[in-house]
Amino acid sequence: MRNLIDILDLTTSEIDELISVANDIIESPKKYAHKCDGKKLATLFFEPSTRTRLSFEAAMYELGGNVLGFSEAQSSSSAKGESVADTVKVVGYYADIIAMRHPKEGAPMVASMKSDIPIINAGDGGHNHPTQTLTDLLTIYREKGRFDGLTVGLCGDLKFGRTVHSLIGALSRYNNVKFVLISPNELTIPEYIKKEVLEAKNIEFVETASLDEVMPELDVLYMTRVQRERFFNEQDYIRLKDSYILTPEKLLSAKKDMCILHPLPRVNEISVAVDSDPRAKYFVQAQNGKYIRMALILKLLEVE
Amino acid sequence: MMTVSSIENGIVLDHIAAGRGMDLYKALGLDELSCLVAVITNAYSKKMGRKDIIKIDAEIDLNLDIIGYFDPNITVNIIKDGVNTKKPKIEPPERIENIIRCKNPRCITTVEQELPHVFKLTDRENMVYRCIYCESKAK
Ligand SMILES: [Zn+2]
Repeated sequence: MRNLIDILDLTTSEIDELISVANDIIESPKKYAHKCDGKKLATLFFEPSTRTRLSFEAAMYELGGNVLGFSEAQSSSSAKGESVADTVKVVGYYADIIAMRHPKEGAPMVASMKSDIPIINAGDGGHNHPTQTLTDLLTIYREKGRFDGLTVGLCGDLKFGRTVHSLIGALSRYNNVKFVLISPNELTIPEYIKKEVLEAKNIEFVETASLDEVMPELDVLYMTRVQRERFFNEQDYIRLKDSYILTPEKLLSAKKDMCILHPLPRVNEISVAVDSDPRAKYFVQAQNGKYIRMALILKLLEVE
Repeated sequence: MMTVSSIENGIVLDHIAAGRGMDLYKALGLDELSCLVAVITNAYSKKMGRKDIIKIDAEIDLNLDIIGYFDPNITVNIIKDGVNTKKPKIEPPERIENIIRCKNPRCITTVEQELPHVFKLTDRENMVYRCIYCESKAK
């Protein structure tokens, strides 16, 4: 039995396989409409994340399966003090696979050690969120047709942005990917990612505070949200949140086939005027999230 | 020079970094023993300049993982009838359980009290241990 706790639990060939299944689902959804008939997905959301939960639930319904679960800790047994291990043990009697979101780092790992059914980490605090990374990878692949040789710009909160850290980890396993890390000085990429991932693998990267300067060379621009809860000081937040706002004017110097991604929800880091630009792919990305989750559920349930 | 008599049957932990002898004494739970234990600090060492030594006057079962995690350069001498019989090889353990606690306030171990605190050696060269749940570095 397999789980997905960390994106690096999957080999690159497994990721390629998931992408190809997701592409096939997009191509011929009817073929998959009954693959999970009679199966149940439990969405155990110990903290609310409506977007992620709906994406998982839609994925299971589109495979013909059913969904049960809870969407916040208050309505769950953990509010009464039940451990993660006990919860997944019991849910294992009712469902075939679990998608778990938890505010504490490592909770899905604990679950996977005790569960009799596959666990998908749907986000554990600021730690991992592998299905977001799979979503990002599927979108990049569909837009660019490859990972090798891409120049990927990551912009915004690179210090706390877990989606950025996982995406770097996943893309660093392909050939000649170049990273352009764009952030204010206060929110630069952590040292350990530079040392243990980028430098350790001899990957080309540049750090800059100016989005304008690097815009022309990017194949992919991944924007992230600067979150209020990451700051102790309201003034710092207000000063920094508007530092990197993507506007149609900024995009004038970008490549014609660049693609713009964002894990959503956005606050104001991408101006609404950008939405109609053909390079804006963040809504397509959200839709891709459902398809890659379908592919993942099929893989973990070992449905042919 | 002050002398501490040699032991007939027991264990000598040598080449402990100067000043860390008492920490190792506590980490190994030697304060709970009823036998004679000597902690010698700032002893002269050709190799290290100064070092600490611990002498335990009994043949006890030592948790070598704790020593390996603490400092793999420590040497363990097991003495029988006044003779140094064997020197177990001290290596940093691949995995340690309930020896140290995860200090990450966001880690699942902070809310689920019964979970064992398990760390894995992820970088042998730099002796980096990470929590198996949240992957925080052990400090
Ligand atoms: Zn931890």
